[in-house]
Amino acid sequence: MIYQLNADVRNFGKTISKLSDVDIYTCYQCGKCTAGCPIVMEMSHTPNQIMRLIQLGLKEEVLNSLTPWLCAACETCTTRCPKGVDIAKIMDTLRILARKEGYQSKEPNVVKFNDIFLNCIKDKGRLQETHLAMVYNLKTKQFFKDADIGRKLFMKGKISLSSDKIKGTDAMKSIFERSRAFLGKGE
Amino acid sequence: MVYGYYPGCSSHGTAKEYDISTKKVCERLGLKLEEVRDWNCCGASPAHATSEELALALPFRNLVLAEKQGLDSIMSTCSACYNRLKVAHETLKKAPEILNRMSEIVGEPYNKTLKVIHFLDLISKEFGVEKIKESVVKPLTGLKAVSYYGCLLTRPPKLVSIDPDGENPTIMEEIIEALGAESPYWSHKTECCGASFALDRTDIVLRLSNEILKAARFADADCIIVACPLCFANLDMRQSQIASKYGINYSLPVLFISELMGVAIGMGNKELGIDKHIVSAKNLLKEKDLI
Repeated sequence: MIYQLNADVRNFGKTISKLSDVDIYTCYQCGKCTAGCPIVMEMSHTPNQIMRLIQLGLKEEVLNSLTPWLCAACETCTTRCPKGVDIAKIMDTLRILARKEGYQSKEPNVVKFNDIFLNCIKDKGRLQETHLAMVYNLKTKQFFKDADIGRKLFMKGKISLSSDKIKGTDAMKSIFERSRAFLGKGE
Repeated sequence: MVYGYYPGCSSHGTAKEYDISTKKVCERLGLKLEEVRDWNCCGASPAHATSEELALALPFRNLVLAEKQGLDSIMSTCSACYNRLKVAHETLKKAPEILNRMSEIVGEPYNKTLKVIHFLDLISKEFGVEKIKESVVKPLTGLKAVSYYGCLLTRPPKLVSIDPDGENPTIMEEIIEALGAESPYWSHKTECCGASFALDRTDIVLRLSNEILKAARFADADCIIVACPLCFANLDMRQSQIASKYGINYSLPVLFISELMGVAIGMGNKELGIDKHIVSAKNLLKEKDLI
């Protein structure tokens, strides 16, 4: 593949640097982030490749990449980067930007999970694990996923079906509205 | 002294025993906890993966509530909650424009007076390791317990570390050794269990958790000690799934640090909620003559 550099090249890099408050141009491709990443073998691009692609301004390739969606946010890369680049923060920035600009996630279940999780907080103020697991299984049509664990947890009295709702649910709604979060319904 | 307590959502579900044992242990040690009234979820990973402002606003409301309640600290037992509260607090301390924006979103001011700590900070720094030694009535002699920190307790070290060494923390080992047990060095203490993918990419969680359990076995550990509900859920709850996928049945008990402390200061198995684990710790504790 031949990459042609043009005047727009630096724009994407600058946008990402601005949005994340991380100077992506300080990355010098040592690969330490990739060496420590626990998920790297599942990714389409390694973390250092993502950094280089951003520097080269290859927006389409970056925002269509599977990598940001599989970042577990464990922060190992950020901790070890010799140049102090907050790579985990960049991954957040990429996920947020990709959704904002309408790019389809290559890992749709991750997006569904995040949406169901956040909608639960928006409505109740707290996350109810049982509710999250049930809605997630329903929306992804995996009706018996983790049923073995569910049964065991039920026996141990850890499954609660009563609602854990806070009093400040109105405050929650306005926080979500004012934060301008791009949130789907988890469909 | 009274400490603000932020239990987090898992304490009402899969980590009930963490909440129970934390309260019991603190009561016995004379550490007064006051729950932050009407606390909300910290937003965890889904919030910071979806909206930068939401990721700060959700913990911000809790910081504001704690401050309004007259508390001067907020203590979390969960690594993810602690991480989100601490990141929010540190970010707001440094960036007045973000602080203003957050006050606008949440509709309340924040004076940044709180001390944001984790349960390990409370035990090790506020209470003190020496005093733990004095509180022990049943030393955990002969128990080999590896400390598992996972990710969010120690990373990124510039913002959140409970230990000055983010790559090789020892704060939990010091507590475990004060209880009379042995806590040897091992390879996987800060490796990731894949927590944020618990439901959406369970295969990743199984692979990473298998590696952690394998490393603990390799270190000849009797049990793994954790200080986070998500680490606990993956390592305890999913052992049978790991056994069917990877063909290794570890049956390795996983205990919360608060439970281990409870045992050493003379509390019972059921009183601490240890009977709620999926992988039973009962036989191990009996074998070591601890219950």
